[in-house]
Amino acid sequence: MTGQAVTDPYVRFASVQKSYDGEILVVKDLNLDIERGEFLTMLGPSGSGKTTCLMMLAGFEPATHGEIYLDQVPINNVAPHKRDIGMVFQNYALFPHMTVAENLRFPLQVRNMDKNEQESRVKRALDMVELGAFGGRRPAQLSGGQQQRVAVARALVFDPKLVLMDEPLGALDKQLREQMQYEIKHIHENLGVTVVYVTHDQSEALTMSNRIAVFNDGVIQQLAPPDALYEAPENAFVAQFIGENNTLTGKVSAVNGSTCTAETESGAITALAVNIGGVGSPTTMSLRPERVTVNPPEGQCPNLFDAHVKELIYLGDHVRTRMSVCGNDDFIVKIPNAAGHVHLSPGDDVKVGWQAEDCRALDMPA
Amino acid sequence: MAQAEITGDTMRTADGVPLKLALERALFRSRLRAVMLVLPLFAFLLVTFVLPIFDMLFRSVEDQIVADILPRTVVAIEAWDETSGDLPGEPVFEAIVKDMAEGRKNKTLGRVARRLNYEVSGAASLFRKSGRKAPKITQGPYREKLLKIDKRWKNLDLWNLIKREKGDFTASFFLAAADMQYQPDGSIGMRPENRQIYVHLFGRTLWLSGLITVLCLLLAYPVSYLLATLPLRSGNLLMILVLLPFWTSLLVRTTSWIALLQTQGVINSFLVGIGLIDDGDRLQLIHNQFGTIVAMTHILLPFMILPLYSVMKTIPPSYMRAARSLGATPFTAFVKVYMPNTVAGVGAGGILVFILAIGYYITPALVGGRTGTLISNFIASFISGSTQNWGLAAALGVMLLAIVLALYFLYDKIVGIDNMKLG
Repeated sequence: MTGQAVTDPYVRFASVQKSYDGEILVVKDLNLDIERGEFLTMLGPSGSGKTTCLMMLAGFEPATHGEIYLDQVPINNVAPHKRDIGMVFQNYALFPHMTVAENLRFPLQVRNMDKNEQESRVKRALDMVELGAFGGRRPAQLSGGQQQRVAVARALVFDPKLVLMDEPLGALDKQLREQMQYEIKHIHENLGVTVVYVTHDQSEALTMSNRIAVFNDGVIQQLAPPDALYEAPENAFVAQFIGENNTLTGKVSAVNGSTCTAETESGAITALAVNIGGVGSPTTMSLRPERVTVNPPEGQCPNLFDAHVKELIYLGDHVRTRMSVCGNDDFIVKIPNAAGHVHLSPGDDVKVGWQAEDCRALDMPA
Repeated sequence: MAQAEITGDTMRTADGVPLKLALERALFRSRLRAVMLVLPLFAFLLVTFVLPIFDMLFRSVEDQIVADILPRTVVAIEAWDETSGDLPGEPVFEAIVKDMAEGRKNKTLGRVARRLNYEVSGAASLFRKSGRKAPKITQGPYREKLLKIDKRWKNLDLWNLIKREKGDFTASFFLAAADMQYQPDGSIGMRPENRQIYVHLFGRTLWLSGLITVLCLLLAYPVSYLLATLPLRSGNLLMILVLLPFWTSLLVRTTSWIALLQTQGVINSFLVGIGLIDDGDRLQLIHNQFGTIVAMTHILLPFMILPLYSVMKTIPPSYMRAARSLGATPFTAFVKVYMPNTVAGVGAGGILVFILAIGYYITPALVGGRTGTLISNFIASFISGSTQNWGLAAALGVMLLAIVLALYFLYDKIVGIDNMKLG
């Protein structure tokens, strides 16, 4: 489950384990290769071990077992200040007693860089985040979005080998967060720096990343580019965590090559066999709401079931429809607000259908 | 229409009432309530704190004793030319004899005697002695008869003093507090070297307070850092250990230092016991400056720890991490990032400890001995007892207050009082 193989890993986690109390493993046997210039996001619910991984990479937490390599060099015993890794913190951690320019100059000063070089780099970094006129201000005099940009600029100004970002947009409001997502993405594209980004917000991960590592329970559940993650989740957790999904549970009754048949209480479903046991094993089938057709033409869908409309929510571009299908009362269908779409009302009985390849038969989570 | 409209250049409400007036009315009730809530405390402080202080401050310049008790003398002495070098004339002596007779009858003579004795030693006994015999002198020549009772009436300083202090106000308490006095020619100069006390004492008070503040800071900084960075449970335990002495009586803590430091005390006995010093030359650890410094540093330490702790608690650990990730060594990160963010706590703790130390009384009184007493001990000694001199005590108090305010002003200029954070 490592996505595509990385030939020349820039950052490498090799069998890394982490425990805080000697009883519970927060990170269980992590193996992860990150390519040079990549934007990799660690995505997962809180407590999934993603921030711990970042802290181990930054050097603030020691790995209990295993080795982390940066540019082929093992860094377990390298102090944080010698790792040359820039970091953007959740609450920015800008130094309040220094001006913006002094904040940016700090990493250059501690490296004893030439004064003129310092000035030109600070200026360049401020211009990069479009805060050229704000060098003399204190962080407290800036808005949240501006502070965020200063934090990004400070993490980049000394040309670090790697930039880590720990939920950097968590404190911003929705609109600003989306704007900053694009800005960070563009900065990454322009500079070609390697970024490891931690978030629990999936839309943030999908927008910015080259690859996403979905964490749960101290294990990477899937490592894949955003589109693959959305369209081809490999297990029930990823299918549930990324985007919206309808789940149907059943028992595998037959496997025919790439597809399989699963028995449910309302009949057999033909689905793509992705991650199932043998015949007789339970399975969770996952189906995106936008891949369901209401009243499909005869013979077009291998899966066709009765549905009872329970609730309609009008969302402008589409109508979210909650139905009862195959014993699932929370079966969601998105009906696009296109010309000639079906008009439903609660209480209607309709037929819904979908293709076998849109319905992925996955494992049954414990 | 419910919104405000503009007529001319004043905003008015819909009814045409000026907006400012309407706002004023609307806020009046809530203001009144706020005032009523603080009124009892304000009245209490006014009666028990502000008025006594002003009364005390007033006493440093007020001096009506001479004019009240020797009314005839102060009128008669107007005619005397103090620069002539001669004794005052017969009318002045007649006046003072009559004043003394009346003062003795009213039992007020002692007060003026004590007042004059502050500046002319021997004046008290002179007045007591002469006062007893004054009622018997009913006719002149008064000067001759009085000089016969006591030669000290020839002392021109005494007559100078009476003439100078005949008014309602005096500067002599302040002069005394600054180790100065009137010279015989009426000008102001320093006292003789061997009678200068207070300037030296102010210097010692400032120096010891500063030293104690610095010692407190050095001791409190690491403890506060530990307190602020420890996990909650162990941090709380340590906090209780810090606060425990805070909750113990000041007197108990001071006397326990006596038990520890005295020549027959724990520390000396221990040192003798392990053979480090001889029984004969036990160390003098208390009733000197050393004792004052040790005991006061210990007693004032919590006042430094608490503001420091409350400031350090608000410094997010991510600051240090950010500094480390930006390439700073732990030491550089601490000095360049952590310490500047504790300035508010250092300032608050420093000024708190310094101001408490500068007026500290009990501890130096108990453990200070001769070399470790502070200005407040002298002020206290002038409030009661044989050396009672409220005027001088008040003048010393005013000067102490002035010094504290000046330092506070200086602190505001240099560090800025807004940066201070007490918790």
